[in-house]
Amino acid sequence: MNPAFSVIVLTTASGAAQGLVVTLALAALAGLPLARDFTNIAFGTAEALLLLGLAASFGHLGRPERAWRAVLMWRTSWLSREVIVLPAFIGVVAAWWLARRHGIDTPLLPLAAIALAASLWYCTAMIYACLRFIEEWAQPLTIVNFALIGLSSGLVLASALAASTGEQHLLRVIAPGALAATLAAWFTRTLALRRNAALKPRSTLQSATGIAASTLVQKSMGMSAGSFNTREFFHRASPAAFRQVKAAFIVLAFALPSLLLAWAVAAPSTTGFVLALAVQVPGLLAERWFFFAQARHPQNLYYQVVS
Amino acid sequence: MIRWLKDLLGSASPPGAGRGERSARAVPAETLAKQLALVIDLNVCVGCHACVTSCKQWNTSGSAGPLADERPYGADPTGTFFNRVQTYEAGTFPATDTIHLPKSCLHCADPPCVPVCPTGASYKRKEDGIVLVDYDKCIGCKYCAWACPYGARELDEERQVMTKCTLCVDRIHDERLPKAERKPACVSACPTGARLFGDVNDPDSEVSVAIRERGGYSLMPEWDTRPANQYLPRRVTAQAGGACEAGPQAGGRP
Repeated sequence: MNPAFSVIVLTTASGAAQGLVVTLALAALAGLPLARDFTNIAFGTAEALLLLGLAASFGHLGRPERAWRAVLMWRTSWLSREVIVLPAFIGVVAAWWLARRHGIDTPLLPLAAIALAASLWYCTAMIYACLRFIEEWAQPLTIVNFALIGLSSGLVLASALAASTGEQHLLRVIAPGALAATLAAWFTRTLALRRNAALKPRSTLQSATGIAASTLVQKSMGMSAGSFNTREFFHRASPAAFRQVKAAFIVLAFALPSLLLAWAVAAPSTTGFVLALAVQVPGLLAERWFFFAQARHPQNLYYQVVS
Repeated sequence: MIRWLKDLLGSASPPGAGRGERSARAVPAETLAKQLALVIDLNVCVGCHACVTSCKQWNTSGSAGPLADERPYGADPTGTFFNRVQTYEAGTFPATDTIHLPKSCLHCADPPCVPVCPTGASYKRKEDGIVLVDYDKCIGCKYCAWACPYGARELDEERQVMTKCTLCVDRIHDERLPKAERKPACVSACPTGARLFGDVNDPDSEVSVAIRERGGYSLMPEWDTRPANQYLPRRVTAQAGGACEAGPQAGGRP
């Protein structure tokens, strides 16, 4: 697939915001003291990231003025479900923020925020995992990875915010959590990479054309220039660049942040947490680019040769 | 339509069950009374692209508005087509067969593009089984194109809505046309008669007989989309006056 920048921004920004809100909600439910200044910054960051994601999602549409229609087919479409859950999540987070500012302390709002964050991860991942013939995506690890990577980025973000604002109480609890989530996400993402490396596509040129010959090549895709099919489904990065992005995201999204977090926890060092966040952001974007680019759509079998 | 929606609703049961449950499948479908489709004979397709150009001509002139043609006289022209003719070579030189394969929307019985559409713009008509896009409802999110293993859908870059073969729905039911002309433009245009059109759910139709008697097959059967359009494989032809059979070693399933 050709990764769309809008979808990369949507899924990474919203995933991090979900992780941040889940962190806050768990901290609140556990009764950890949260300073007002810190929660304002954290809620503000989460809402800003979610609104950035929402804005980016409009960028993916050919007809953004009709976007409201996308809520209609929630019975069958995971995309429709995501379109419903994302604004609901934004609303509940805003309501919880408002409630805290007015001194209302209820466990219902953080619980609702956790439930909606989990639903949103599930819906977002299922948009990809439900396409049974895109075999790189059609696996349970897709859901696990969207959730764990979101959780990791949210916890890294929360740790950096807590370290910068001097929230030592909170930091002592969430910093090891950030390290654990990052290591877990690294592990499950590696499992997905290993599984995908061993994939043998079920569709072949023979099954795509019904021509049984073992030696079969396309001589012409039926047009001399490109079409939607050649633009949307081929990432056009060279094999070397593709491998470099893979190495880059493993290092930047998982390996380096893990090292920096371990150092920051042990030292303890505010710089370490901020550096972990700064390193992880490009890593997350690279990870999501690779997630899309790695998917080999069966339609590509029909678009191999111009001639 | 209501029944169809109910079926969709029924299949959208909560996740957590089997793998098939989580997949974007529409229906364990009821059998449609009628399923219009094309059957394409690979014996006689000569790869002339008359179906491609006639399809473009008819569908760019209709009420839905023109199909995009960007930089038609430039170095890098591109545009929207509902139908493409592709060419494949089977075997090793000199024992090769050249096979032209026209490809358009296959109007699947279980179209994976339909349930994923978030707006309901993509739908399968109950009355004749044609898979259509309502251009006034499409938001251009491209998800249906991702969900089609055949690459049958093309986003129109000018209108920014998804487009696809309609089986010339504005022509085949038009009673102002003489009966002989009420078929898709590609079928009328084919100079060799490689394209058959009819109801594959009627066992006595020309298309059903052709599929039955000449080994009609579907593309990518492994995904269980059950395409309505089928292809007739190359036939082994008996050599006149000889006992041997001069037939292609390749070119369609036996």
